[in-house]
Amino acid sequence: MASPSSKDHLLEFLLRQGDNALVLGHRMSEWCGTAPALEEDIALANTALDLIGQTQFWLGYAAEVEGQGRSANDLAFLRDAYDFRNLLMLEVPNADFGRTMMRQFLFDAFQVPWLTALSGSADERIAGIAAKSLKEAIYHLERSQETVIALGDGTEDSNRRMQAALDYLWPYAGEMFADDEADAAMSNGQVAPLPSSMRPAWDAAVRPALAEGCLQVPEGAFAHSGGRTGFRHTEHLGHMLATMQVLQRSYPGAVW
Amino acid sequence: MTMDKKEWPLWEVFIRGAHGMSHRHVGSLHAADAEHAIKNARDVYTRRNEGVSIWVVEADKITASSPSQKGPLYDPARDKVYRHPTFYDIPDDAGKM
Repeated sequence: MASPSSKDHLLEFLLRQGDNALVLGHRMSEWCGTAPALEEDIALANTALDLIGQTQFWLGYAAEVEGQGRSANDLAFLRDAYDFRNLLMLEVPNADFGRTMMRQFLFDAFQVPWLTALSGSADERIAGIAAKSLKEAIYHLERSQETVIALGDGTEDSNRRMQAALDYLWPYAGEMFADDEADAAMSNGQVAPLPSSMRPAWDAAVRPALAEGCLQVPEGAFAHSGGRTGFRHTEHLGHMLATMQVLQRSYPGAVW
Repeated sequence: MTMDKKEWPLWEVFIRGAHGMSHRHVGSLHAADAEHAIKNARDVYTRRNEGVSIWVVEADKITASSPSQKGPLYDPARDKVYRHPTFYDIPDDAGKM
């Protein structure tokens, strides 16, 4: 097998950005109509729509770079689980509202410094998408952080749920910072920083907020991996895609 | 917020649609505190780009006039047409009054 070209690396990078937004956006949309309060229902739907909007930009660019005549929609609705490049943390089920908001917070706290850095990318398309997405991410972070603190430092039940959510998600968080060959290529080309370089900013944002929410950061550095490389997704992604893609699978080429 | 109360308190929401206009009551929502109410108002009432400024006030902090007092409160003003500045022509340049 020939060694990957810079185009392959760029495509990989764009799929990771797009699939993160798509998979988390879809998980968020699952709350539509069932959130614990009407106000949260609308807020979660807004977040989902922001993320789906970001997906269109990332996957649209990915499709252009791929050059096979596919569109963002084709990439979203006609790829199978092993072609997805999202973080495992984003595909696990919502479980309860607490885990949903904890995941959102852990991801938002990464996205804000990440998109800030990408806004200065040598690739102008990436810089543009990042600058637009950043405003949304900053608001998402404000909201998710406030919710995590309020529920952590809330009732006995809400604290227990938030701690359980943190314990469950923490081993997935490390995948955000795991560099590989594609990341190194992006870094060398001034397209994106190494994900591992985001760790200090992320820790500085996450740890004080968790402490304020009376939550204990789990010990241990074990990190699940396999999502952003596509090596091994959890069993949950296939189920999620079955729901998300059913229309295009049942009625190929159906349009709005 | 007290622990035994399940519902968040009610807040009235006021949005200013454009610079130079006044805030207008748009509706109400539930939220745990004032900051939360601002965020909920942002998501519930400005998602179609309706506003540039949001005010929220806890609904029970509003003192309202009583509907049964309508007669004594408002009727005396009805026949005092001279209190309206309707006898002046407002120049177009004056803008919105």
